[in-house]
Amino acid sequence: MSARDLFTFRNSHFSAGVGIAAGVFVLAAIGGFIVLPYAQRGLEFASLWDAICSAAGLQQRSAATEAPKAAHRISQAVLTPAMLARPNQESIGRGATLAQRCAICHGPTGISRADSPNLAGQYAAVIYKELFDFRSGARTNAVMTPFAENLTDQEITDIAVYYAYLPRLPAYHPTPQLPKPRIVIYGAPVRGIAPCGSCHGSLDNKTGSPWLEGQSEAYLKAQLQAFASGKRTNDISEQMRNIARAMTPQEIDEAAAYYASQPAEIVKAVD
Amino acid sequence: MLENRKLVLAHFWLAFAAFGVALVLGAWQMFVRSPLYNWISNPEWYYRSLTAHGTVMGYVFPTLVAMGFGYAITESALKQRLVGLRWAWAGFWLIVAGAIMAMVPVALGRASVLYTFYPPLIGNAFYYIGVVLVVVGSWIWVALMSINLRVWRRAHPGEPVPLAMFANVAGSYLWAWTAVGAALELLLQIIPVALGLKTTIDAGLARVFFSWTLHAIVYFWLMPTYIAYYTIVPRAIGGRLYSDTMARISFILFLVVAMPIGMHHTFADPQVGAGFKFIHSAFTAAVAVPTLLTVFTICASIEIAARLRGGRGAFGWIRTLPWQNPIMLAVAFSFVLLGFGGAGGLINMNYQLNASVHNTQWITGHFHLIFGGAIVIMYFAIAYDLWPHLTGRALPDLRLVRTQLWLWFIGMIVTTFPWHWVGILGMPRRMAYYDYADPAIAPQAFSVILSVIGAFILLISGLLFLFILARAHAQPATDAGPYRFSVPVHPVRSVPLALNTYAIWVALMIGLTVTNYGFPILTLAARSDTSVPAVYVGAQ
Repeated sequence: MSARDLFTFRNSHFSAGVGIAAGVFVLAAIGGFIVLPYAQRGLEFASLWDAICSAAGLQQRSAATEAPKAAHRISQAVLTPAMLARPNQESIGRGATLAQRCAICHGPTGISRADSPNLAGQYAAVIYKELFDFRSGARTNAVMTPFAENLTDQEITDIAVYYAYLPRLPAYHPTPQLPKPRIVIYGAPVRGIAPCGSCHGSLDNKTGSPWLEGQSEAYLKAQLQAFASGKRTNDISEQMRNIARAMTPQEIDEAAAYYASQPAEIVKAVD
Repeated sequence: MLENRKLVLAHFWLAFAAFGVALVLGAWQMFVRSPLYNWISNPEWYYRSLTAHGTVMGYVFPTLVAMGFGYAITESALKQRLVGLRWAWAGFWLIVAGAIMAMVPVALGRASVLYTFYPPLIGNAFYYIGVVLVVVGSWIWVALMSINLRVWRRAHPGEPVPLAMFANVAGSYLWAWTAVGAALELLLQIIPVALGLKTTIDAGLARVFFSWTLHAIVYFWLMPTYIAYYTIVPRAIGGRLYSDTMARISFILFLVVAMPIGMHHTFADPQVGAGFKFIHSAFTAAVAVPTLLTVFTICASIEIAARLRGGRGAFGWIRTLPWQNPIMLAVAFSFVLLGFGGAGGLINMNYQLNASVHNTQWITGHFHLIFGGAIVIMYFAIAYDLWPHLTGRALPDLRLVRTQLWLWFIGMIVTTFPWHWVGILGMPRRMAYYDYADPAIAPQAFSVILSVIGAFILLISGLLFLFILARAHAQPATDAGPYRFSVPVHPVRSVPLALNTYAIWVALMIGLTVTNYGFPILTLAARSDTSVPAVYVGAQ
């Protein structure tokens, strides 16, 4: 018996093998592409073809409904870890000039005296993203929005790399270091809250998440509350909103007070 | 006729040594995330350990066992010297190099992405390249199995291929095609990003490629176990194989239906159409057929052994089985665990039931029960059965061997049954820390502690296994005689060409892969809006 005799329907093994496999496939396909789409309540199809396309994972053509419009602007900032990793000196220099206008709130050395965030040594991707979002309207603030509105992409990059370049200095009014509260160490896994440090730097840094050590307590608390209430919405995929909503007011107080009491020098460098 | 014992022993020892290390890590993981320990404070350590555990247990250990066993089968079943010995060693050293290359970045915390890779998580490129080397090393074995069979066929035209070799080569072909999915994912998607050539990745497409590998790999792990069921067990307990044809059909069915079913791992993924999920679900149900055929054939073979020993009655024969024989014990344990694991698998392949266990500890319990239970216990049996032939020395103490198997069986049940249970209660998987003070999971603390106890029983059993194998080397030399496989009740004089070759079945395997995976992969690859930024992981 040669290969030609093997691959022929006269060979009972071949015909049974191919026949059963094809039969199972056809039956499963009829079930998956025709019977089941129609069996689902609440789904309406314009035609059989429409149902098949839907089951195949293609966008429905005729029964297409408009995507729901978000009530607020969604962040358009696209960040990759490598994006701002190697700034050139010129960019940092231009950033220093541009940053003079920031100094009134964020301090001449990047350390705020006004409960605004300390920017000295903040990750470049963070400053880039927040300026980007203030400009697009994904994040709004009566003071920051007018500043950001007229910045170009290049200027945003320059400011970001300039502040990232500055050394991390102690906060303007350092307070005694507090012990780590439970919510910061463990998060609350059952409520879907990871330990803060798994994004914010002490365990790992996820691109776009700031380090928090030495930031103003009032600012941290206000941001957590804004995320919880849905006033601030520029976190990608609602990451921070989901976390802040699940936190108790007491946990918000503890986390804000803890991070405010930490010296910025302990923040690890990101390579 | 086992000429190249050193080659087989090298594979087995490396496999079992790696298994021992991964077992220690596994027990440690069970312990630190249980209520018995006050958290390690850094989840990265947990995921680092988990990545090493999964990579060794999923890729390195079973691949080496299949390879070593495959070489032993080639020489003893075909009764000819292994062709391509140098290539076999090259494959072995490639795996050694790949395993080291992969494990160094993992140990340094540069690749804590878990063995399933989890794009868009991206770790150090050497981790992935190391895994690729392990796979390439095993492909050398695939080629050698095929070449050796061809050499034998030329010398024995028209003769039926011995069952052990027929199954062994079927397993190697299954692995060759199965590994292609993960290889495509690594080479086309992950490694370019890990090397910094790209910064975005299509995570959905990557997951589809991985599902191509992830389910059929289980059947590759199962192959040595099934080969042992059919070709070792009946001989070892003094019986006959009930049906050689049934065995061949089972292995052929695995070849055909193990592949086009992987998307039941992506039931919760939005990028795959529901129609394809249903097709994969239906084919997953079909994979129960060769398993049930096997259970039937092996039970019948065992009954033959019992009747030959004077067993009577509908069930009375069970008592007359040689329960002192470690292989008898191993196959009984393996079947019990396969029964529970298989029942769990039927639940997982069901779209609706899957929704309630998706990403819970149930899944982790399930694959530990199938792999650690049904499969690995037969790896032990294979090692015990082959060891006297490989070392030329008898096993030191059969009582110790039985103790080891009992401990593994009990440990596996104590570990995985509560594990399934907490999964049904909703405990999520892949988490480094559980807050047992939270009222939502506080009642599960007891079950988790039971699991930890089971894990330590398994650890003791695993170390005992290594101890027994090591001690055997110091025993006085004896002649174990030629290595034999079981003989069927009816001697095999001729086999239809279709059951003696693979062409039809390999063609069906590839054909069904194309029908079940082709469209989803092509549509995802054609879309330009599905890539997301890579998330680089690495200890700072």
